[in-house]
Amino acid sequence: MSANEIRKGGINWVGLAPVIYTIGLFVIWEAAVWAFNIRPVILPAPSAIVEALIKYWPAIQRNSIQTLFTTTLGFGLAVVGGLALGLLVGWSRVIYAGLYPLMIGFNAIPKVAVVPILVIWFGIGTIPAILTAFLIAFFPIVVNVATGLATIEPETEDVLRALGAKKMDIMIKVGIPRSMPYFFGSLKVAITLAFVGSVISETVAANTGLGYMMSAAQSQFNVPLVWAGLIMLAIEGIVMYALMAWLEKRMTGWAHRSQLGNV
Amino acid sequence: MTQPLVSIDNVDMRYGGAGGVLAVSGLSLNVQRGEFAAVVGPSGCGKSTLMRLVTGLHIPQSGTVEVAGTQVTKPISIVGMAFQNPTMLPWRTTLDNILLPLEIVEKHRGRLRKHKAEYVAKAEKLLETVGLKGFGEKYPWQLSGGMQQRANLCRALIHEPELLMLDEPFGALDAFTREELWQVIRDLHASQDVTIILVTHDLREAVFLADRIFVMSSRPGRVLHEHTITFPRPRDLELMYTPEFSEKVHELRGEIADARQAA
Repeated sequence: MSANEIRKGGINWVGLAPVIYTIGLFVIWEAAVWAFNIRPVILPAPSAIVEALIKYWPAIQRNSIQTLFTTTLGFGLAVVGGLALGLLVGWSRVIYAGLYPLMIGFNAIPKVAVVPILVIWFGIGTIPAILTAFLIAFFPIVVNVATGLATIEPETEDVLRALGAKKMDIMIKVGIPRSMPYFFGSLKVAITLAFVGSVISETVAANTGLGYMMSAAQSQFNVPLVWAGLIMLAIEGIVMYALMAWLEKRMTGWAHRSQLGNV
Repeated sequence: MTQPLVSIDNVDMRYGGAGGVLAVSGLSLNVQRGEFAAVVGPSGCGKSTLMRLVTGLHIPQSGTVEVAGTQVTKPISIVGMAFQNPTMLPWRTTLDNILLPLEIVEKHRGRLRKHKAEYVAKAEKLLETVGLKGFGEKYPWQLSGGMQQRANLCRALIHEPELLMLDEPFGALDAFTREELWQVIRDLHASQDVTIILVTHDLREAVFLADRIFVMSSRPGRVLHEHTITFPRPRDLELMYTPEFSEKVHELRGEIADARQAA
């Protein structure tokens, strides 16, 4: 893309595009509801959702914070657990071979099916939500960290081993820094999945959180409130994703620049 | 004659167990201290195996490999290695890449932090020798391929190895850059107290740089012919356009063609 295209008429269209497109979506949505006379039970207009947001704000705020809390905590556990397991799996071929089928099988289980078991163990509420977020988010982190470790160039390893490097040296000097772009890249996927996990759990077995609030609102046919919950989830998702993207760029900028070659 | 620095005696090296590929068989060669040796041969003749045997990355099934009077039974840190792929770590500056071996080699790793300035000065001096003065703070991806290969040579030399093993280090470079680097390596050999073994496909490179050239057979590799190159040093690039030089290259070419035929 040329600089001309971006700077046409002195306006940064690329920078403005996200705002314009988002506003556009809501305008079209509002217009469509109005033009086709769609009933609020089917699809409430954005204005009706905003109305619901204002009207129920104390409850929405409380539940949003609850969901953000369970998601972030589950995500944090996934980061710690995923990083540790990823390093372990990348460290040893035997551990890798042993754990691989187990992890695939475990990842294949729909996490919603695990929630009832978590409820039996911990009761309904916060803990199952945290654990579901953790269980669903940690897999991509493990896979990415292990991939980063497994793809060390053999020449690099030879150079260091010939100098007398132990496996731990190679891990610390090369393996871990090398897997960091993979790790930070996986955080963006993991945080999104963590929201899926916590909301699933809240929907099935909780008295608080956006998932619970939406399923309760749905049973009362309070459709604008259901949509208000969705909007809050989308906002929280975007904010956390942006935070992870920022973190990725900040921590492993070299990986982005080095792909550009010799600039 | 004094004891050779590298002495390989009747070595067999087979990969992948008893039924595996025999990479070298009955391989014997000696390299004197301070000598510049080149190893040429048809592709797949076990040149890289030779590298790994001398550096102690592989231990032969039969025969002995001795470096500096001791039998090689594990990786030896008196060697520096450089491969065709420069394998600079993209998250480290060029200077930090060059200092990497010092963080590994037993003799230096304990001293590095206290005597950092001294080592940095040494690295900068090496950078100057290869024509990269002032590039230490740049990241590898900001350097061209030829510059990265120069930095790679510095990294191979920073711990003052007695033996420098080069595995087709200039294979991926364009003809002019390659000639430049031949002069760099020629001057390094002249100025530093180092023995060099260069594995290459390029016969002109071998004749221009080496004191002695070993011609290897196809797999399983062994030394077929040995040539002493007597062109006086310092050698100028113009040497390559003399009839004597061409004759030597032609002779080598014939021997390798025969070796390929025999396979």
